[in-house]
Amino acid sequence: MPCEFFTLQDFMTYTKGITYILMLVSLCAITGFWLFLTERDTDEPHHHSK
Amino acid sequence: MSDEKSLSVNKALTPFNMVAGIILLIGMVITILRFTGGLAAVSNLTDDNPWGIWIGFDLLCGVALAAGGYVTSAAVYIFGLKRYHSAVRPAILTGFLGYALVVFALHYDVGRPWRLPYPFIVQQGTTSLLFEVGACVALYLTVLFIEFTPAVMEWLGLKRARTIVVRLTMLLTIFGVVLSTLHQSSLGALYLIAPSKLHPLWYSTYLPVYFFVSSIIAGLSMVLFESTLSHHYFSHKMDKTHLAEADNVTLGFGKAASLVLAGYFTIKIIGIAIADNWHYLTTGYGAWFLLELLGFVALPCLMYAVGVRDRNVKLIRWTAGWTILGIVLNRLNISLIAFNWQLPSSQRYVPHWMEIMVSVFIVTIGILIFRFIVTRMPIMYEHPDYHSH
Repeated sequence: MPCEFFTLQDFMTYTKGITYILMLVSLCAITGFWLFLTERDTDEPHHHSK
Repeated sequence: MSDEKSLSVNKALTPFNMVAGIILLIGMVITILRFTGGLAAVSNLTDDNPWGIWIGFDLLCGVALAAGGYVTSAAVYIFGLKRYHSAVRPAILTGFLGYALVVFALHYDVGRPWRLPYPFIVQQGTTSLLFEVGACVALYLTVLFIEFTPAVMEWLGLKRARTIVVRLTMLLTIFGVVLSTLHQSSLGALYLIAPSKLHPLWYSTYLPVYFFVSSIIAGLSMVLFESTLSHHYFSHKMDKTHLAEADNVTLGFGKAASLVLAGYFTIKIIGIAIADNWHYLTTGYGAWFLLELLGFVALPCLMYAVGVRDRNVKLIRWTAGWTILGIVLNRLNISLIAFNWQLPSSQRYVPHWMEIMVSVFIVTIGILIFRFIVTRMPIMYEHPDYHSH
């Protein structure tokens, strides 16, 4: 069920609050994902697959 | 002599050519019907549903999937990633053909081709997003054409003209990136006018951002997909450099696509949060939205990442195809499936078979022109007279 809001202030406080938490989680998650993605990178300019 | 003639006829009668020939024949008949009998003769478009698959597929998907041109040239010329240079020409060609066919397809929708320049010379309508899209597409198509001409000039032996155009490369690339940023996002902005028609899970004030970011994903994936098909069908046309750089291009583009998909996934979730649309996720449309978001954004993001980590070129290439399906699904969801979602099914738009056939006809024309150019011009190889230019 959606939350009931009686004022725009309530709605903005609620949605912005959730968004800020998500932003924090995203920043950590994307950093982790970047490390996962580049973990096996070498410094060689050219990579060759098998 | 007659033996030679019959041999060349037999050579041309491949299953692909025959199917393409039939499609072209049907397409031409429908084209005549469209321009003599009007929209009603070949389509289910009405005043209530004026935008069908010719907009949803031919235009929205066509423009997104042609983004490989600006993505690749920006990577190589602006960001200096010269190791992907062999991917530039095929990407520019795909982009140029994509945009040219978008403009061609638009004629079926708007009719009266001679009125195409009207926005520039008769009625500007500068407050309209469509004017901005029209202006950008016209200018960017011109930029892509100029960017593509060095290949034609090398083929025709026009050395001096080629030298002049090659000098403009950086300018054209910057111009292309600016124009693409503008119109890729504006195509999403077109739907900002319809908050009551588009389902809240797809509607967002961030639609322009979604369209632009997803166009980068579409461009990267399309370059990978086109390269996969080219390696299968035109490997004899590739030089050593192209073949040697192929895996490197696949891994690099796969990594970029994975990272942009992760960013796109994040901003889509933030879009739900900022509009407080969580409760829609438990509905039927919510399930469809989750299928798009998890199956065609999160999954390819992970598959690209695993492919890059394991140096699994095959997985990356399959993922590129899957991602392209996801982009098509997203554009069709916004323009057709989740559009007018509150209307009863009897009033919803379902494309006429001839509308679908026109789209197939246009894609077939694109493939045939691509094959014609690639088998004749230096797209997959460096022309021997222009090495190290």
